[in-house]
Amino acid sequence: MWEIAGRSFGSRLMVGTGKFRSHAVMRDALVASGSEIVTVALRRVDLTRPEDDILSFVPSSMTLLPNTSGAVDADEAVRLARLGRAATGADLVKLEVTPDPRTLAPDPIFTLRAAELLVADGFTVLPYCSADPVLCRHLEEAGCATVMPLGAWIGSNRGLRTRDAIEVIVSQASVPVVVDAGLGVPSDAAEAMEIGASAVLVNTAIAVASDPVAMARAFALATEAGRLGFEAGPGAVRDLAEASSPLTGFLS
Amino acid sequence: MSAAPGLFAQHLASGDRLTDVSAWLAPGADLEDLAQRAREVTLQRFGRAVRLFAPLYVSNACLSSCTYCGFSKGLDVARRTLSVPEVAEEAGTLVDRGFRHLLLVSGEHRIEVSADYLVSCVEALRGLVPSISIETQTWSDDTYARLVDAGLEGVVHYQETYDRTRYAEVHVAGWKRDYDRRLASTERAAEAGVRRLGIGALLGLSADWRADVAAVAEHAVWLQRRYWRTEVTVALPRIKPSASGFQPLVPVSDADYVQALCALRLAAPEAGIVLSTREPAALRDGLVRIAVTHMSAGSSTEPGGYSHPGEAQEQFAVSDERTPAEVAAMLRAAGYDPVWKDAFALK
Repeated sequence: MWEIAGRSFGSRLMVGTGKFRSHAVMRDALVASGSEIVTVALRRVDLTRPEDDILSFVPSSMTLLPNTSGAVDADEAVRLARLGRAATGADLVKLEVTPDPRTLAPDPIFTLRAAELLVADGFTVLPYCSADPVLCRHLEEAGCATVMPLGAWIGSNRGLRTRDAIEVIVSQASVPVVVDAGLGVPSDAAEAMEIGASAVLVNTAIAVASDPVAMARAFALATEAGRLGFEAGPGAVRDLAEASSPLTGFLS
Repeated sequence: MSAAPGLFAQHLASGDRLTDVSAWLAPGADLEDLAQRAREVTLQRFGRAVRLFAPLYVSNACLSSCTYCGFSKGLDVARRTLSVPEVAEEAGTLVDRGFRHLLLVSGEHRIEVSADYLVSCVEALRGLVPSISIETQTWSDDTYARLVDAGLEGVVHYQETYDRTRYAEVHVAGWKRDYDRRLASTERAAEAGVRRLGIGALLGLSADWRADVAAVAEHAVWLQRRYWRTEVTVALPRIKPSASGFQPLVPVSDADYVQALCALRLAAPEAGIVLSTREPAALRDGLVRIAVTHMSAGSSTEPGGYSHPGEAQEQFAVSDERTPAEVAAMLRAAGYDPVWKDAFALK
């Protein structure tokens, strides 16, 4: 089990809802992922059309994590978060501030500013952020419930390109570190978990797979395997072979 | 007097290029291979989702004379400019049909379709529709900033053709005759904070459609580099029959058209590609699987045509006459999510 702001979760795989070919496929993939937390872009939510709305395809057992995708500055993110709270009644928000549509790279300055405003407004803030150890310190000090550094550009499926920085962030953080964005195949999720991330968030890799349901299951298994591997305490990496049955063992 | 060349016009004149579409546009290129590559790029960037929008024609009054357009000044056609309440009525009809992304379209008439009028339209619609864009005449004062302040998301200005000589031949009179004013207007909109820019060329207008496709690709990538906060969409409408009686200079075949869109996709992977109901259903269905990410559906090109059809002149005849619900059903059957809402009210 792990916790976000006092709430316990079993699964360490969080999933997104974008880019699926249909709401029905999305729902099946969400179920197959075994995830307990699902993020939904508030810009896609349309409460005036409940029959067709994305929210009605999210299993009710899952914790809804509205996100501010599309916000380009702190004010927009705050406004969207408040709209989300009004719509869902939840104070959880995944903070995304991405002014550059090409990279969708998180804006460190506006993300920190929005986080401060949202924490002050009573939100539980999970910020998507650059894999920057100092920025993650700032976000933590601002009162964020997690930090969510990127593994690679969102939607790129490029894997854990920020591994060195994530290792530092994990070693210093006192809130959960969730590796968000860029994980392309299940082994990427396992790698993030093996270096001590508390959880991973995966969307594109599942949504655009030929078989999203099978891919969701694969990510669930890899996330669990990676976590077990981390908890089991891997042996040290050495330059050369070390005999598994030492020749001088009889001396002791 | 003509406007001075803007930044992109200067870039074009410099001969420097950010893109090279020549291999993809070459006659005899392997079209199936191009389509497969374009599809991969589209899926990776946009996923299995197509954003739906509707054009809302607010006026066909026009002070520009363009030889190919059904709204051209001097044509004896039924003219109409909707009042702001009529615009809201049309928007209400479109909202009932599912749309949450609207494009307000007009001819070029700075008195009937003034900056004040457009600001009033945006203010009237912003509580109803989260994404509002305009496709009107170009503006040179603070109009773009005022519209952004009112809640406008996007501005669409097609250059029609990037060939200066041909541009001058078909744009006979009016503000649209000024090539540089028109081309630089997209830059002015970006500088005013407009977050979605639409550009494009009208294929069939110039004898060298490949040159226009190359220019659109270059323009898209140049805009993305310079205005990094801005989302760019591109479109390559083909000339349709209209009250103008204009005939295309060269035919652009369906195969040419597919090749053009593949080249655009490969040259500008992050640009949205827009396809209107000008094109027939079968071609639209095919292109959605390759490169298209934004589609209109159930369109009327006549002011007031959604709530009160048949009372004014249409700009051109649409080809795909399916209802929005039928287009959405086609997308679902093809394995794509029809995205009715992908925006939030900016004001």
